[in-house]
Parts: sequence; structure tokens; C-alpha cells
Amino acid sequence: MYSLAEYLQRSFVINALIVGVLTALCSSLLGVTLVLKRFSFIGDGLSHVAFGAMAIAAVLRSGHILNLGNDMVVVLPLTILSAVLLLRTGQNTRIKGDAAIAMISVGALAFGYLLMNISNASSNLSGDVCTTLFGATSILTLQSWEVWLCVILSLVVIAVFILFYNKIFAVTFDENFARATGTNVNAYNLLIAVVIAVIIVLAMDLVGSLLISALVIFPALSAMRIFGSFRSVTICSAILSVVCAFSGMILSIMTGTPVGSTIVAVDVAVFAICSLIGAVKRGGLR
Amino acid sequence: MAILSAEKLDLGYEGQTIVSGLEFSVNAGDYLCIVGENGAGKSTLMKTLLNLTPPMGGKVILGDGLKRSEIAYLPQQTIVQKDFPASVREIVLSGCQSRAGLRPFYNKEEKALAAENMERMGITDLAKRCYRDLSGGQQQRVLLARALCAARKLLLLDEPVSGLDPRVTLEMYELISRLNKEGITILMISHDIDAAVQYATHVLHVGKHIFFGTKEEYLNSDAGRYFVSMERNETTGGEQ
Repeated sequence: MYSLAEYLQRSFVINALIVGVLTALCSSLLGVTLVLKRFSFIGDGLSHVAFGAMAIAAVLRSGHILNLGNDMVVVLPLTILSAVLLLRTGQNTRIKGDAAIAMISVGALAFGYLLMNISNASSNLSGDVCTTLFGATSILTLQSWEVWLCVILSLVVIAVFILFYNKIFAVTFDENFARATGTNVNAYNLLIAVVIAVIIVLAMDLVGSLLISALVIFPALSAMRIFGSFRSVTICSAILSVVCAFSGMILSIMTGTPVGSTIVAVDVAVFAICSLIGAVKRGGLR
Repeated sequence: MAILSAEKLDLGYEGQTIVSGLEFSVNAGDYLCIVGENGAGKSTLMKTLLNLTPPMGGKVILGDGLKRSEIAYLPQQTIVQKDFPASVREIVLSGCQSRAGLRPFYNKEEKALAAENMERMGITDLAKRCYRDLSGGQQQRVLLARALCAARKLLLLDEPVSGLDPRVTLEMYELISRLNKEGITILMISHDIDAAVQYATHVLHVGKHIFFGTKEEYLNSDAGRYFVSMERNETTGGEQ
């Protein structure tokens, strides 16, 4: 058993922490918008799509049909495409948004597992599936270029969010008003969908595709218990998310628990604490 | 010259026409009240005027140099907004969105405009309060201040007093009437025929019988007399 200080001297731990913290930061930023727009399930649906895409990438790789070095090259475009499709069908009145999401997400999940089974890509199939769903230890074996890719994508997401902050607020609060006064609402909705897709692909290595939604919505929901302005909710959810991810990762390294589920467990605990604080605060005002 | 007019306008959505052959025009400074039964197409008319829904036929013409970005809009509240964590100032400022264009942040003039409109609506002291903690009347004032940030010439209101108690309703009508006297053209959808008759200069009745004219003409028309008496009976019936 090593001490924490000894762990922190290892570069793979530092790499994992950098990637984990940045991913958590990015995913919390749009969480507020997703929750308020009643889009929480889009995150969930997309993460299942990412799982399906991951399976496709694995099959292509093992069959030596296509090896692009990194699965992200296959997973990212497919997830973005699905994000755009989901948003389109969400506006279509024939198939209601939630039904479309359910369809795409279970469909992708089933096809992903089916593909993995048929192709027999690996000797340890159930282990592979489990890591994709609940997060892999691969976060501890990151190559340095993977860390850089993650850093760059995170910076892009953060920059986009800051630059379009006011627009995202306007579109989230009142889509019809924004549209009526001449804001290009569809373009911003598209932007939000694409950014979410990027975040989900980023977060897949950290917590696995089943738990990504937790990373997106828990910090936002926790912050909304306590604060009453959009800016403070956004800032608070970013801080909470980073703190939860950091402490969750340290905890999992120290005790040997799975990374993803430990982080989410910390998120849940923080949500409970925030709900309590919120209840006390509101009770105190009256 | 009319700043907004409808020519042979057919309204509807999803391929179904609700109202056809609508013709009316609004001059600068008018206070037009749009009345009619539920489902008669009042909200669809407003959405069409705002370019949110395409017309099924005919057209909406903006005149006298009125630009689309100069039309403000007070929508009915959505469920999302009732529980939205945003401060009053943030919401009012978001009315400046179309002025800012692609610029990412609001500049000094826009912030000053937001402050001015909060003052005008008497909500300056609420600036830092959370929107979801406000009363219904206060929330409407916030949305009205936001609408005024977006535009100055023409204001479209969709049922601005629904869900408000009688005292606040009266305040709201007085506020709208004051804006009208300050030179803003008002287009208001209302269930409240009494208010329409009291404050409006013109009335547009949407339904089986379409009527458009001044308030006096409406009160003397068959459609007007029938609708006013029916609505009054309904109101007293509901209170018993």
C-alpha cells in the first residue's frame, strides 16, 4: 500500500487526474442547460450511442479492416451525428423527443453488444463490455498524446461555452422569445448538441458510458438546490464537479474501487448534502 | 401608414387551417386587442406575426420602416421558466441578445438599457433576486422589461394577465396602457373582454365571425354585442 504522496509522484496518476478533472469540468458546464431544457436524457441516449460506436470501432480494429490508431476517430463523428439526429427528432411532433431517445439509445446498446459478440473481437468479452459500460482502468494507462487530445478538446469546449454563454442562456430560458427577436435558435441548439457529443466521448474513458449522465446532471442539480442565478449555478456546478471528480479519483486509487462509480458515488453524496443545505436555506428565509 | 398589416392571412398548423382570410392593419400608437374563443387561433396568429409559424396563406407586411428586430414579445410563461435559476437582471439583459448580434458579451449601452427598463417596470430592487422566487405579477414585469430591451416600437402580449389576481391584473393593465401612451404600439391577446373594451383603441375578433375595427365599431357590431354579453355571463357564472 503506497501513500497518497507516492501515488502523486507517478506520471500516470497525474495524467489521469488532469484528464479526469478537465472532463468533469466540461461535462458540468452544459449540465445546467441540459437539465433546464429538459434534455437530461439526451446525454443518456448519446452515451449509449457512443457505446455502439465503440463496438463498431473495436470490430473494425480487430478485423484489420480499419485501424485509425484510436477509437475516438470513429466514435466522435458517430456520436455527433446522433446528437444532431436526436435534436431534429426532438422538434418533430410525430415521434416525441423522449421516445426517439429511448429508441436510439437501446438500439445502439443492443447493436453494440451484438456486434461485439458476433465478431468475437476479444477473448474477454464480458470484461470488455463491462469496462465500456462502467469505465475502464484505461484512464490509468493513457498515452501522452491522448492526454493532449483531451486537454485540447476540453479547452475548445470551455472556450465555446464562455463565448456563447449569453446566447446559451437566452436559448435555454426562452427559445420562442429568442427566435422571435431574431436569434438563430436552431444553430445554437445544434452547437449545444455537438458540444454535448464531444463531452460524452471525452467522459467515456473516465466513467464509462452508463454513468456519463451522472457526471453531466448531478453537479447541475446540486448547484440548483443552493443558488438562484444562472451564473452562480454554472460556476458552482463546475466547482462541485471538479471537486467530486478529483476526490473520487483519489479515493478510488487509494482504496482500489472502480474509478467511474466512485466519482458518481461522491456526486450523489454531494447532491444529498446540497439538497439539505437548500432546504435549510429556504426554510430559514420563511 | 400601417406599421403592420395582414393580407388575406390564413392561419393554422400541421396542415390544418383554423382561420382564413384575415385582414387587418395596425398604425403606430394603436392599442389592438385580439379576442376570441379558446382555440380560435389567437396564439397561432401571434406566432405567425412573430414569424415563429409560417402562414398557411396570405402574408404579414411590415411597413413604415418597422424592422423585425423592433418587435418585442411577451410570451405566456412556460413550465421551464417557473423553476428557472436566473436572477432578474440576467433575464432582463437577455432581451438585448438581438442587439448584441454575434458579439459574445453585453456592452455598456446594453447594460444601461436593461437598468433603464428595470427602473421603468419598478423592479430595480429585485435585480439580484431569483426569478422563481418572485410572485406572478413580478415575473410578468421582469418579462415585460426584457421585451422592452428587445424593441421599442411594437409590443406583442400573449395573455399577459393569465393567472394573476385582480389587483395585480389591474396594475398590469395600467402599466401596458402607460407604455402605449409613451408611444409603443400594443397588440394584446386577451380573454378579458372588459379590459379590451376599456383600454384598446381597436379590436380584432378571431373566430367563426371575424371582426376588425375600432372599439366603438366593435361594441355596435353583432359579433361584439353577442361576445361581450356571453363573456360577461360566463364570468359571473364562474364566480358563483
